[in-house]
Amino acid sequence: MNTFIPRDEQDVATIVSDAAAKGTLLNLAGSGSKAAMGRPNQTDASVTSAALSGITLYEPAEMVIAARSGTPLSEVVTTLAEKGQQLSFEPMDYRPLLGTTGEPTIGAVAAMNISGPRRIMVGAARDSLIGVRFVNGRGEMVKSGGRVMKNVTGLDLVKLMAGSWGTLGFLTEVTFKVLPRPERTSTLLIRGLDDGVAIEALAAALGSPFDVTGAAHLPAPDRLGARTLIRLEGFSVSVDYRLNELRRLLKRFGPADILEGRGADAVWQSVRDATVLPERGERAIWRVSTAPTNGPILTARIAAAIDAQWFYDWGGGLVWIASPLDGDLGASVIREATRALGGHATLVSAPDSERSRVDVFEPQTEAVMALTRSIKASFDPVGILNPGRMYAGI
Amino acid sequence: MSIAFPTPDEAVLSRRSEILAGLGRLVAPEALIVSEDERRAFETDGLTAYRQLPLAVVLPSSTEEVAAVLRFCRDHRVKVVPRGAGTSLSGGAIPQADAIVLGVAKMNRVLDVDFKNRTARVQSGITNLGISQAVAHEGFFYAPDPSSQLACTIAGNIAMNSGGAHCLKYGVTTNNLLGVTMVLLDGTVVEIGGDYLDSGGYDLLGLITGSEGQLGVVTEATVRILRAAEGARPALLGFERVEDAGACVAAIIAAGIIPVALEYMDRPAIQICEAFAHAGYPLDVEAMLIVEVEGSDAEIDDMLRRIVAIAEPFRPKTAKVSQSEAESAAIWKGRKSAFGATGRVADYICMDGTIPTGQLPHVLKRIDEIAKSYGLGVANVFHAGDGNLHPLVMFDTNKPGEMEKAEAAGEDILKLCVEVGGCLTGEHGVGIEKRDLMTYQFNRVDLEQQMRVRGVFDPGWLLNPAKVFPLEERFAA
Repeated sequence: MNTFIPRDEQDVATIVSDAAAKGTLLNLAGSGSKAAMGRPNQTDASVTSAALSGITLYEPAEMVIAARSGTPLSEVVTTLAEKGQQLSFEPMDYRPLLGTTGEPTIGAVAAMNISGPRRIMVGAARDSLIGVRFVNGRGEMVKSGGRVMKNVTGLDLVKLMAGSWGTLGFLTEVTFKVLPRPERTSTLLIRGLDDGVAIEALAAALGSPFDVTGAAHLPAPDRLGARTLIRLEGFSVSVDYRLNELRRLLKRFGPADILEGRGADAVWQSVRDATVLPERGERAIWRVSTAPTNGPILTARIAAAIDAQWFYDWGGGLVWIASPLDGDLGASVIREATRALGGHATLVSAPDSERSRVDVFEPQTEAVMALTRSIKASFDPVGILNPGRMYAGI
Repeated sequence: MSIAFPTPDEAVLSRRSEILAGLGRLVAPEALIVSEDERRAFETDGLTAYRQLPLAVVLPSSTEEVAAVLRFCRDHRVKVVPRGAGTSLSGGAIPQADAIVLGVAKMNRVLDVDFKNRTARVQSGITNLGISQAVAHEGFFYAPDPSSQLACTIAGNIAMNSGGAHCLKYGVTTNNLLGVTMVLLDGTVVEIGGDYLDSGGYDLLGLITGSEGQLGVVTEATVRILRAAEGARPALLGFERVEDAGACVAAIIAAGIIPVALEYMDRPAIQICEAFAHAGYPLDVEAMLIVEVEGSDAEIDDMLRRIVAIAEPFRPKTAKVSQSEAESAAIWKGRKSAFGATGRVADYICMDGTIPTGQLPHVLKRIDEIAKSYGLGVANVFHAGDGNLHPLVMFDTNKPGEMEKAEAAGEDILKLCVEVGGCLTGEHGVGIEKRDLMTYQFNRVDLEQQMRVRGVFDPGWLLNPAKVFPLEERFAA
């Protein structure tokens, strides 16, 4: 398969308009580290952002950074860290889960709306993404948003581009607002809670005035090994105060230990990257977003039907599920439970052959699907950009 | 009065009685407003210099009624101007002669509050403050707080993606919205999002937010509610030079502090607000910052101490830390009354551009020069943390030509915002006011892509069609 490596936005525009004229179906890629996600699709050629690299703007005092879409995420993270700042939404690294290599790009973070545990406090990637440049399916160079964090000028195409998986346009440059790295991070750890009680504890913490930036529950087969994690960040004096207050507030859930330093960071990284799940290579991995108190109800329904393993982030509102690699990978029971309780489920990881048999993204209502098809056509009338990556015909 | 309305469609005007009769069959008699006297109350919004009586006003009381009205208007090619409370400062809710106004104000109930999951489901005609009041007994609130929060509706907030003074920490409407029930022009009712985070497909919720009533009418919404901080207190910092205030803002951010609010006022704004609110503002400074932080008393003390220390190298003439709720209230009263207080000394138009904060000294200097070149005064209040400027260009409406001068000065200021890397509107929306300036920020390709997306929802330009997109740039999508 032919691979295009455009050197600038104009190159991208030329490649895409040629493809549109010929009906060439394009696979849009960064480094390819997440090529095994989404619906498997058939394309005629690849376009990569490999040569579109480099930070184009960084103003620490304005808390804004812009980079070409192929810029390694690690380069953005390092550059921000040098000035004591970070991408606040804590983008997860899918490589351990998928067993892939390659250098994740900042463009993919935007295109797939990739967030992590801090999403509950500061929003998702889409909430920090304030500007995009992209080439649509007609080969036109389009901009939306900009470099200022308060901007309501015109339709917010930035949000539409975030999480559209390259089906609407090839992102060439993305601009994010950023936040300071906290002076100190501390985690309260409560052991031995069952799922329902743990989610109660997390709800109490998240409903407190103490600015919780991480709220996860990692069940264990013997329950005694279960861990409930509540993260606080900020200036040291303030973290101390809030740790004490939270301990008092959560007293009825049992004693809480305090975790700090490398070990605690590693735990949160394993929550972020879903490496908490055992046997992840031998199972299908699902990601379900629902209302937090529905989390344990959802897992109970699923566990009654299939052999599942799971853990919770976002106070219970994000449920990671590992299901057996047989039958429909648990799709019918997971989708049924998600539909009944409200939410959306994504099949994150499974072999290609399996992902082509099962809906990867949450099926939408006919009314929303009709809008989705028309929006796709308004960006990509011939249907050449990542066709079928999200939904058949999109 | 330089902003043009499209020429009304004579065919629609001549069918008025037929249209009213049709609408009358869809809603209760008291929900249809036809007399000139009663329609008068809907002829403008917060942009009061522009007025236009609509054909009629419909105030439905259910999603089903909204669907029936929209379907009727689509079938009979009648334009629709959706309306919340009519507080838009950009003219987003100003009617057209050949359009009906579709107001959601009667649908104003709280449907459900879920404190454990921190969400509230409301009808869209509820006021912004009404949501906070409904959850205050448990110590919760709805975060975006536009100055008009007592009156403005969540429907209008969603349409304009409204912000407020505290969005540096809490974000704007789009960051606090989880789901909506929206009626499309053909009467289809769609559920978008829900009581959970993020979307399973395209981010339609993000697209709808800030779409200025051009994609559909939202009748219900699920919003995030937050537990309020234990307390909040501001510090006042006064500087002799604009540059020092700007540098102080940058230094606070560089120190890793994100205040919950970071407001800037220039000398004219300080004088006007102090005369009105007696807030104890320093009158001998060129620039003043209100820096507010949240938390327990001890946390607030610690943080304000840090901020005052950070300000020290910039030689503030005033550095006053609020010690009590009464002092805090006085400080905020001055800032929040900026528009009202200015209105007592002059007529004004309120601009709403955003700039990269590093451009602050340059932009303030240029704004002053622009106003002077038109022989007008200007007062600046400004969300300094995020670069959202609100220059108030002052004029005397009784002097012929002054309003036009003020509008021209306002235009120059907004063009300046775009020139330095910012945008035309930070939180008020494009509406009718900035419609014809859109070509300064966007090129034809950018605008066409937006209009194609708009066309997915309203191919015939019936929903709030006089707004946002320059009239001459339009095409049938």
